Amino acid sequence: MKLDSKIPQGPLDKKWTDYKDHLKLVAPNNRPKLDVIVIGTGLAGASAAASLGEMGYNVKAFCFQDSPRRAHSIAAQGGINAAKNYQNDGDSTYRLFYDTIKGGDYRAREANVHRLAEVSANIIDQCVAQGVPFARDYGGMLDNRSFGGVQVQRTFYAAGQTGQQLLLGAYSALSRQIGLGRVKMYNRHEMLDLVKVDGKARGIIARNLVTGELERHSAHAVIIASGGYGNVYFLSTNAMGSNVTASWKIHKQGALFANPCYVQIHPTCIPVHGTNQSKLTLMSESLRNSGRIWVPKKKEDAEAIRAGKLKPTQIAEEDRDYYLERRYPAFGNLVPRDVASRAAKERCDEGYGIEANDTNEGVYLDFSTEIKNKGKEVAYAHGNHNPSEEEIIKLGKQWIEEKYGNLFEMYEKITDENPYETPMKIYPAVHYTMGGVWVDYNLQSTIPGCFVAGEANFSDHGANRLGASALMQGLADGYFVLPYTVSNYLADEIRTGKISTQSAEFDEAEKRVKDSIDKFLNNNGSKSVDHFHKRLGLIMWNKVGMARNEQGLKEAIEEIAALKEEFYKDVYVPGSSDELNPELEKALRVADFIDLGQLMAMDALQRKESCGGHFRDEYQDAEGETLRDDVNMAFVGAWEYMGFDITKENLHKEELKYEFIKIAARNYK
Amino acid sequence: MATKKNINIKLKIWRQKNAKEKGKIVDYKLDNVSTDSSFLEMLDQLNEQLVNERQEPVAFDHDCREGICGMCSLYINGQAHGPDSRTTTCQLHMRKFKDGETIYIEPWRSKAFPVVKDLVVDRSSFDRIQQAGGFVSVNTSGNTIDANATPIPKDDADKAFEAAACIGCGACVASCKNGSAMLFVGAKVSQYALLPQGKVEATQRVLNMVRQMDEEGFGNCTNTGACEVECPKGISLENIARMNREYLKASIK
Repeated sequence: MKLDSKIPQGPLDKKWTDYKDHLKLVAPNNRPKLDVIVIGTGLAGASAAASLGEMGYNVKAFCFQDSPRRAHSIAAQGGINAAKNYQNDGDSTYRLFYDTIKGGDYRAREANVHRLAEVSANIIDQCVAQGVPFARDYGGMLDNRSFGGVQVQRTFYAAGQTGQQLLLGAYSALSRQIGLGRVKMYNRHEMLDLVKVDGKARGIIARNLVTGELERHSAHAVIIASGGYGNVYFLSTNAMGSNVTASWKIHKQGALFANPCYVQIHPTCIPVHGTNQSKLTLMSESLRNSGRIWVPKKKEDAEAIRAGKLKPTQIAEEDRDYYLERRYPAFGNLVPRDVASRAAKERCDEGYGIEANDTNEGVYLDFSTEIKNKGKEVAYAHGNHNPSEEEIIKLGKQWIEEKYGNLFEMYEKITDENPYETPMKIYPAVHYTMGGVWVDYNLQSTIPGCFVAGEANFSDHGANRLGASALMQGLADGYFVLPYTVSNYLADEIRTGKISTQSAEFDEAEKRVKDSIDKFLNNNGSKSVDHFHKRLGLIMWNKVGMARNEQGLKEAIEEIAALKEEFYKDVYVPGSSDELNPELEKALRVADFIDLGQLMAMDALQRKESCGGHFRDEYQDAEGETLRDDVNMAFVGAWEYMGFDITKENLHKEELKYEFIKIAARNYK
Repeated sequence: MATKKNINIKLKIWRQKNAKEKGKIVDYKLDNVSTDSSFLEMLDQLNEQLVNERQEPVAFDHDCREGICGMCSLYINGQAHGPDSRTTTCQLHMRKFKDGETIYIEPWRSKAFPVVKDLVVDRSSFDRIQQAGGFVSVNTSGNTIDANATPIPKDDADKAFEAAACIGCGACVASCKNGSAMLFVGAKVSQYALLPQGKVEATQRVLNMVRQMDEEGFGNCTNTGACEVECPKGISLENIARMNREYLKASIK
């Protein structure tokens, strides 16, 4: 199989405009004759469904939640990037493009990333026009803040709920189209297979999660926007229902899966507290604008803290190791996520961790300096040039509350500690997956007519995603890319006519789904689905996590193969297929996670370099920084499904060419 | 509040096979619940126990477990989202309960939210209200005016944001003796009423959303304020007042 990225010719900053101008169109009178299915209603899915519905296509949208507004984009906290240069600090489309390529450790496609940077400004305009209430300054203008890996302020936000506000914006656009009858919404439905006819994507099999009924839906194009696969680790910041099933089903039908080993471990999450924990909670990267990360300089202090004999506030300034500021003075606490996460792991591995859990894994995120600085600023702004220490702290806390109040509240609810008084305890956790279904410049997978958008595809973030770029990509794909490229594809379908669901292909796909459901329900094993999911998660975290090595990865591949065998033999799924059955839903998802987990380990094993979120112990420099191999490894690794045994998958390589920027070592020092 | 690290509790949970069959309260015992666990992690633990005993696990809605998606619900000891204020069920922690305590868990109860199974209810009526007018009719072309072309006073933007912070969980409806959705609808109407982008369609929006709300079978507002007290996001009653003003304005046009 030859991978054709279909990147247009021409200068980088003209590619998208020229390309778009020459794509085929579908006339308005023909659009209602064409059916489009959209799986997932997060930022990418909701914006795609709304846009295509608005254009006049006949759209069906599916989500497994009880409402499209629940999709996990809603939980994104910090913000969305756009090259508006409202803060007059030298930002531009080129800089956003460059920062994103560099942030991705030179493992993303230039052309895709530049397009993303180009449309970023439109996203903000669009969202404001829709009534998204972004934060504003006293002049009524939009406010910005900084995120990791950049030296400008280009992040737009709405308190710590930016994802919520953007998703509700996209949901409102989607709701408008549903109300107008141009989009038909299927809540509590899960896609369980893709139907291909003559090699093209022609429909899906979906399960109505309330009645259990298997439904056939045909379409001229299918868009997968079902998010990432972080839940392969069991514990992650993803929602409980987030899953890889839609992506994995199309993979099994021939769509290549790219760079599965690129996983983002987010540096600032609340540490693990116990064995019954179901998920991890993120504390927004925006907090690193104001918080300083440290551990004690002395091991005995760390031990005393863990034993509960010492409080962090009792550690003197000179006994604290602000290790990010020490190692990376130019970016300090705002280094990219992968760098910050590895630095935390390094300190904890060395014995300086401060959390009293099984692994001692935790570091401090401390706001006391910022409280003092901002308190003083506010006092001066109010004309008080001689504020007392007490006044400063009070005003500083108020400032923090206004900026991050909801995050501080959430932290206190979970941990029972007050972060205004004592530093937050944080540790890295699985957050986002840069890998995903391979797509070309049109966001089309290797199956004609099957497009993939948002976190579900692999295309824009290389080996590491910068903060506030996921929201940008989701909306860019859905609002500003797919409407053009899907139309171009559909232009050749205007003579096709309605696609029947009464065909051998639909029969077969439905049978595949029914067989897998029956298999689980009749299995009569002895262990719950969660039992297996947790074991998979442990293998993944320990051996395919923040640091990987050849031996561990080989072990992981073997262990997952054994786990898969045991899972199919011994899993117990209660209930029946014709009712709401959450255990069955989980079993179907975990089956796909097990396959994917094995592929992730294989991908990590073949990638003999360290880049972005993929860190191999064998490939690091003397200071513990990632060591890329640009001669041999500057490619996208795309895997082809070859049957039940995942170890038989074939690797295809798409070479990454850097024509417009000079590939260099990533330096944040 | 609990001081022990692990507690034993008794649960009385509403079980209902589906929308058609009658439900009933069923008793369960659950031991060794960590006080650091969230309420839903406690239910996970119960379900693991039930699965191991070959009994059917309890169905409940949940997804993000970060208090933002609005999918979790539950009436806990007679309160929507349980005893903690401004907290969703997923963010409620077991340290709020005592060793040996009996906890009642029921679904949202409202005519407009029929039970699907056990603790799961159907809140699609909220979606339909949104579809009736909860949007600005702007095409998604990106070719709008520059985002900073229309300055919006910070105060208005902040108030619009506070209204838009509603997570659509339905606690307001479940807590209201009339089963009214006025806080939910008021918050959406307010968000747009406070912003210049929303002004153009203000008249139609409020009329359409209120009409749909009535059609869905939600009750009327009698200003008891239970909704505001139980709202996990602190959505203010002012939003209902603002909607009433908008509605009145629209009605006499």
